[in-house]
Amino acid sequence: MAAGADTAAAGAADPMMPRFLRVRRTVRETHDTVTLELDDSIDAPGFAPGQFNMLYVFGAGEVAVSISGPPARPQNLVHTIRGVGAVTAPLVDARRGSVLGVRGPYGSAWPLDEAARAGCDLLLMAGGIGLAPLRPVIYEVLRRRREFGNLIILYGARTPADVLYRKELAQWRTHPGVTVKMIVDHAAAGWSGRVGVITDLLGAVEFDAAETIAMTCGPEVMMRFSYRELLRRGVPPERVYMSMERNMKCAVGLCGHCQLSPIFICKDGPVLRADRVDPLLGVREL
Amino acid sequence: MDTQGAAAPGGAVIIGLDGLDALIKALAAGGYRVIGPALGDGAIIFDEIQSAAQLPAGWTDVQAPGSYRLEQRGDGAIFGFAVGPHSWKKFLHEPVLRLWRAQRQSDGSVSAAADPPPAARFAFIGVRSCDLHAVAIQDQVLIGGADKDPHYAARRGGAFIVAVNCTAPGGNCFCVSMGTGPRVESGYDLALTELLGDGRHEFVVEIGSARGAAVMQQVAHRPAQETHRRAAAEVSARAASQMGRELDTTGIRELLLGNLEHPRWDDVAARCLACANCTMVCPTCFCTTVEDHADLTGGGAERVRQWDSCYTLDFSHLHGGSVRSSIKSRYRQWLTHKLATWFDQFGSSGCVGCGRCITWCPVGIDLTEEVAAIRAGQEHGKR
Repeated sequence: MAAGADTAAAGAADPMMPRFLRVRRTVRETHDTVTLELDDSIDAPGFAPGQFNMLYVFGAGEVAVSISGPPARPQNLVHTIRGVGAVTAPLVDARRGSVLGVRGPYGSAWPLDEAARAGCDLLLMAGGIGLAPLRPVIYEVLRRRREFGNLIILYGARTPADVLYRKELAQWRTHPGVTVKMIVDHAAAGWSGRVGVITDLLGAVEFDAAETIAMTCGPEVMMRFSYRELLRRGVPPERVYMSMERNMKCAVGLCGHCQLSPIFICKDGPVLRADRVDPLLGVREL
Repeated sequence: MDTQGAAAPGGAVIIGLDGLDALIKALAAGGYRVIGPALGDGAIIFDEIQSAAQLPAGWTDVQAPGSYRLEQRGDGAIFGFAVGPHSWKKFLHEPVLRLWRAQRQSDGSVSAAADPPPAARFAFIGVRSCDLHAVAIQDQVLIGGADKDPHYAARRGGAFIVAVNCTAPGGNCFCVSMGTGPRVESGYDLALTELLGDGRHEFVVEIGSARGAAVMQQVAHRPAQETHRRAAAEVSARAASQMGRELDTTGIRELLLGNLEHPRWDDVAARCLACANCTMVCPTCFCTTVEDHADLTGGGAERVRQWDSCYTLDFSHLHGGSVRSSIKSRYRQWLTHKLATWFDQFGSSGCVGCGRCITWCPVGIDLTEEVAAIRAGQEHGKR
């Protein structure tokens, strides 16, 4: 051991060093949420649906954000950000031409390959900004349509004004074999859709529970209730996935912040099997 | 002065106090930054040394839960103490380290660069078996996985290890329970055993590497006899019998993870101040946070990494609040990580039994006592 650790690693890539990319386009999604498209046309590393990047605002700090764009076009690196904190607020204010630091992609991916192999149906359950990490799945399924069964997208938002990707949602539902259902916690004038919680939507769609892979992303309580309801309806526990969120500083398993018992959310997750995570979430403050 | 066989890897030689001094000077002359135990801040700390005269001759540390006192031994022993508040992570995994600096150009583009790694390699004098295991554990955490910390790698790479076999375990030591000591088994360039008494004061030097052998060529020595080896073995056997604490590690992972709601967590939470001392002195605790700063012009920025602790509220902060807001949950996170989930993550325990967390806890919380209480009350604690 004394002589074992050599200096070769010192010359290896520094996982804490960002690369710097320009904002190509910004899209205002809602009053507090923006989608940023970054120009990653030189040496884009590519990514898998469900992975995230660490986005850095010059001098202000860094935050983990899931990639929300099409995996087939990684040169256009897309993130959807809700401006709620010291770093996300300036991120939301970024303009075309702004330069941001990017590290990644990091973490595990949604089980698209497993879904393609099984040829089964895909049931996506998204709450709020949780639709963003699932959007790459939707892009991939639509691009490789024949490899997958039906695609059911269930989406819950707080209010109609908080609905993301409004035009795309309307467009996705026109594809054969694609169902989109939405629900809001609180209605507003002009909303003729459902009001309630996302699990209410499970009764409004038809799917072969035993032949379905479910992917959930949203607040923990929403994912846990979704998991419970999916089990009740016969979806096998090993076929339900959650995308987890924890405080992250390094995103590569070195800083210790994102631990959930034995799991490093940054490198073992963020996408994890619900049957592994749910029992841990059942312990308060674990 | 030497016989080729004795001062070769696997061999052993004898040096005196003057030889220890010559060893330190030979390492310094060889370009190493020599770090060893020295008196400082009312404790035996690790500091840069130039000669053996700076070593804490004749001093020992008397340790108990929440208590550390220096005392004179009266025998001039150089390594007659256990462990102080410092560990080698202070040098390998620096407490505060700038990771990079960035500059914004007039066209808005940004360039960033890391500081060059330190030029001098470390030579550590007096590394105990517990601490050597701690270094191996941090190796596994920081450079043993897919993503490596290049700063740790740069400092760790080529570090010269002069280990010492423990002669004076402290009141909070339990390396025997953790299987991490007291005798140094591997991972060293040289390993010293201090032999003192009957008018002699000398060191058995076991040679652990070719470069260890090379350095010993510059130090006056004589071959070790069988009697020396036997005396050294006796020192370690005696030390093993003097552990101040013990920890029953039988099924410890399952014990702790199966008792996450045990009432003992409330009990310890009522005493724990969440001060983070235990994590700062722990030789394996590796958690860090980063701070990003900009200069006043807005044209320059830097990222600074520093040790962090799972005892702070900020550690698990996520929009809206902390995942672990109670002290109970934070103590439980620390202890279950150290003694249980570390196995899942890194294939070993995260505890080496050095006892620092017990000594430097301001209220004297003793993890061996906490684990024993959970073990004793586990039927009661099961839901």
